[in-house]
Amino acid sequence: MNLDVILFALFAIGAVASAVFTITRRNPVAAAMSLIGHFFMLAGLYLTLHAQFVAVVQVLVYAGAIMVLVVFVIMLLNLGNEQQLTERISMRTTIGTLVAALFAMQVVTGLLARPTGVNTQHADAAMIGATAGIGNALFTTYIFPFEAVSILLLAALIGAVILAKRHLHEGI
Amino acid sequence: MNLSILITPVIQAAILVNVMLIGAAYMVLAERKVAAWIQNRIGPNRVGPWGLFQSFADVFKLYLKEDIVPAAADKTFHSMAPVISIAVAITAYAIIPWMDNVNIGGTTYTLSMAPNMDVALLVMLAMTSVGVYGIALAGWSSNNKYSLMGGLRSTAQMISYELSMGLSAVGVLMICGSLNLVDIIRYQTEHGWNVFYQPLAFVIFLVTALAETNRAPFDLPEAEPELVGGYHTEYASMKFGLLYLAEYANILASSAIMAVLFLGGWDLIPFVDEIALMGLAPDSLPAVLIGHAALAGKAALLVFVFIWIRWSLPRFRYDQLMNLGWKVLLPLSLANITITGIVLLLMK
Amino acid sequence: MLQSIPLDWYLILSAVLFVIGVIGVITRRNAIIIFMSLELMLNAVNLTMVAFSAFLGDVAGQIFVFFVMAVAAAEAAVGLAIVLALFRKKQTVYVDEVNLMKW
Repeated sequence: MNLDVILFALFAIGAVASAVFTITRRNPVAAAMSLIGHFFMLAGLYLTLHAQFVAVVQVLVYAGAIMVLVVFVIMLLNLGNEQQLTERISMRTTIGTLVAALFAMQVVTGLLARPTGVNTQHADAAMIGATAGIGNALFTTYIFPFEAVSILLLAALIGAVILAKRHLHEGI
Repeated sequence: MNLSILITPVIQAAILVNVMLIGAAYMVLAERKVAAWIQNRIGPNRVGPWGLFQSFADVFKLYLKEDIVPAAADKTFHSMAPVISIAVAITAYAIIPWMDNVNIGGTTYTLSMAPNMDVALLVMLAMTSVGVYGIALAGWSSNNKYSLMGGLRSTAQMISYELSMGLSAVGVLMICGSLNLVDIIRYQTEHGWNVFYQPLAFVIFLVTALAETNRAPFDLPEAEPELVGGYHTEYASMKFGLLYLAEYANILASSAIMAVLFLGGWDLIPFVDEIALMGLAPDSLPAVLIGHAALAGKAALLVFVFIWIRWSLPRFRYDQLMNLGWKVLLPLSLANITITGIVLLLMK
Repeated sequence: MLQSIPLDWYLILSAVLFVIGVIGVITRRNAIIIFMSLELMLNAVNLTMVAFSAFLGDVAGQIFVFFVMAVAAAEAAVGLAIVLALFRKKQTVYVDEVNLMKW
């Protein structure tokens, strides 16, 4: 046994378990908290891939900003437990779950049958994952998408304000 | 199995956590003493000489109290919230470079957990923003409207001020060219403290740090006259103790970060290389201890400023808080980045 | 320190996480939990891209993750604003109770 394997197993099992918790908890706050746990597990997985910048940004953006908003909205609306619909077990739900499970099986068996054959990380992995590597690529090669994303964020900001504003016009 | 690499960090962590928690306990005492001094009282002076053991007496009292959980509370999250608070507060200590590497007889020792972490500053910002969950959950799980109000206020306040905090640190990053706190300290030792180049950023960071740690004048989440005790109204015994301790641990952490980012960290006198003047090697024990004392002294000074502000200023109203965050601090920090960028470009 | 975990493990893990997200979107009624399941799916894809980036030595994957995060942040802001507006209008966040436009 190797420390890498232990860490990967720990984070992978943690990630799957917290993801399952997220979609099965009826209490929205419990679901949100397990999703936050999931983000931390993913950050750990990114660290095993030497992507320290992405790992920290994951915690900063997802756990620290997006999920704070989600938790805030859940608390603001004071949502209780989700009531299960007892009268019908939806056909759509069953078929959807089955299709999703089939898709998972297909991917997993496909990968098991034909492994990619890439078994060690690239020698530059640590350099790429560092802040300098990301920053250099982001502000040279990818400067146009970067600016585009900033416009997207501005649009989202305005959209959110308009949508959540109380009495814009009567009837909207 | 290669677990030997875990031993040193575990010992370091044990030392660091204990020292920091005792430090936080003494901050409580310092707060009471300074408050008494400002209000022309004497303050705690019964337990030990000058009341030095007062904090330990308080902790024992909290331990011995009955742990009351409200019947309608969400039990799991009610007990989880203080743990999240204290865990996040302690994690922030791991990235603070408390002292330089010290060379004793050819072996290098250090007290910092993650001394050369490439993304240390981002980790600090991440930990401040994750810390809100402890408070939000404490408020929500208590099933009490005052607690919920405190939790909601705290969440909104932290989201609003986190932005300005991160953006004000960007100026420092632009000057020093690194997210690594040790690099930032070394740059300041060489070129002078950042507070001289980034005075506006320092002020913004100080104000946002006050807001992020829920200190007066931004202590709306626990505003006593309006919300009873805010998010910790329904907490008793050591759970309350942990929430309380986490608050002080956060103050200590943000003071240390401010000392590192803006006040030169280990550097005793700005613009003077005092270690070389005294004829000491930079990694010798006396030099490192001087550096450590300098950092600890600056952090203590900032803690005093925090306490001083709390006992001098009245609390903001909620709309004033939001206006200050979004309409004053955020534009100012953006302007600071722009000006820093232009100046750096012109100087190049 | 190169590691002993093959790329396939990361890919299988992210496929499993993606499917968990899909099941969440399909089976839940609460709009906020559906939103969280979407985040699960986005993150599963992020994991794939970071894994490819580290194993193939190409920075593009991690840059893409960065953009996905920015888009997710925008989505969170707008999506939660829609949920708030919905709750104000109809006092519900359950997607099957919002059926005015449904034939």
